[in-house]
Amino acid sequence: MKIHLKIWRQPNSEMPGKLVNYTLDGIIPEVSFLEMLDILNEDLLKKGDEPVAFDNDCREGICGMCSLYINGRPHGPEQGVTVCQLHMRSFKDEDTIYVEPWRAKSFPVLKDLIVDRAAFDRIIQAGGYISVNTGSAPDANAIPIPREVAKEAFEAADCIGCGACVAACKNASAMLFVATKISHLALLPQGQVERQSRVEKMVAQMDKEGFGACTNTGACSYECPKSIPLNHIARLNREYLSAKLTSNSL
Amino acid sequence: MWNDCGMSRNKEGLKKAKDKIKALEEEFWKNLRMVGTNDELNQTLEKSLRVADFLEMSQLMVEDALHRNESCGSHFREEYQTEEGEAQRDDDNFAYVAAWEYQGKNKPEVLHKEALKFENAKLTQRNYK
Ligand code: SF4
Ligand code: FES
Repeated sequence: MKIHLKIWRQPNSEMPGKLVNYTLDGIIPEVSFLEMLDILNEDLLKKGDEPVAFDNDCREGICGMCSLYINGRPHGPEQGVTVCQLHMRSFKDEDTIYVEPWRAKSFPVLKDLIVDRAAFDRIIQAGGYISVNTGSAPDANAIPIPREVAKEAFEAADCIGCGACVAACKNASAMLFVATKISHLALLPQGQVERQSRVEKMVAQMDKEGFGACTNTGACSYECPKSIPLNHIARLNREYLSAKLTSNSL
Repeated sequence: MWNDCGMSRNKEGLKKAKDKIKALEEEFWKNLRMVGTNDELNQTLEKSLRVADFLEMSQLMVEDALHRNESCGSHFREEYQTEEGEAQRDDDNFAYVAAWEYQGKNKPEVLHKEALKFENAKLTQRNYK
């Protein structure tokens, strides 16, 4: 199949970027979207041009590195998959495909389609961990956890930190990402010790990084490659409120 | 590496591998197509450096496999096997970990030996039969 690409090219965060046209012929529907970009990059390299810079690593939907805005949607047209799990069979012959980086003030473009997502790391560093000694892995039945709770915690732990939620949100809010961490750890016994300080610190860091507020639009959840539901944001809000009501740092 | 420096290897194959990698390396440095500069985020440079590392690393692996004239663990030198086809170790000469020190491009690495001492279990010949 023949496809027409309009790809965002930008040398670095200081310089302006623009959409550049490329046409690829002979692309088979079985190749993945990232392999299609590899093919383009090989062509560019052969011509002595600079390849398109884009993030990727595992290429199996678990690492959260791939991060492309395709035809106006984070991770492209399919539901519940990352870019690396997207294949060219999702497009038609002669399609025009727009490829852009995540757009958010807190995710500055480093080059072409690569953005700096270190803001997420700093939010995690602020409190997304358990610092009490939890010992080695306990026997499966040693700490009983109701199945519903385990399921809910697991659902939150599915987050791969890709940032599609921020990119999809009109407010560039990181609430869904932060909510997954808060939910995951607040639901499980190991997370109890730091439950209150964690939510305070992570929300404070989220605000400091310049992410927007949540207006319950739901675009994040809709575009999330792990389809993480909005009720985790509700839990984040409740955790935050109850932490603030009893906070020592009031 | 897969064919000549895999789990089962022999002197002849390893020597062949050595020559092949050398030739590949020469071609790499001669025909490398590099774009961009090193003062920016440059994925082409990142990938090339990785290939350069692999080329050096694979040569060292072959060198190490060539020097170890015994079979041990996943280093099965076809020349050194028991009558039953089991790995034949040479503990008198090779009961050590080889640590190779880089001496610069195209200079042979220096071998440092870390002796293996077994206090509780004694070294024996494994046999599955
Ligand atoms: S919540 Fe979903 S969209 Fe957001 S970072 Fe996690 S996996 Fe990505
Ligand atoms: S490359 Fe790892 S999730 Fe896409």
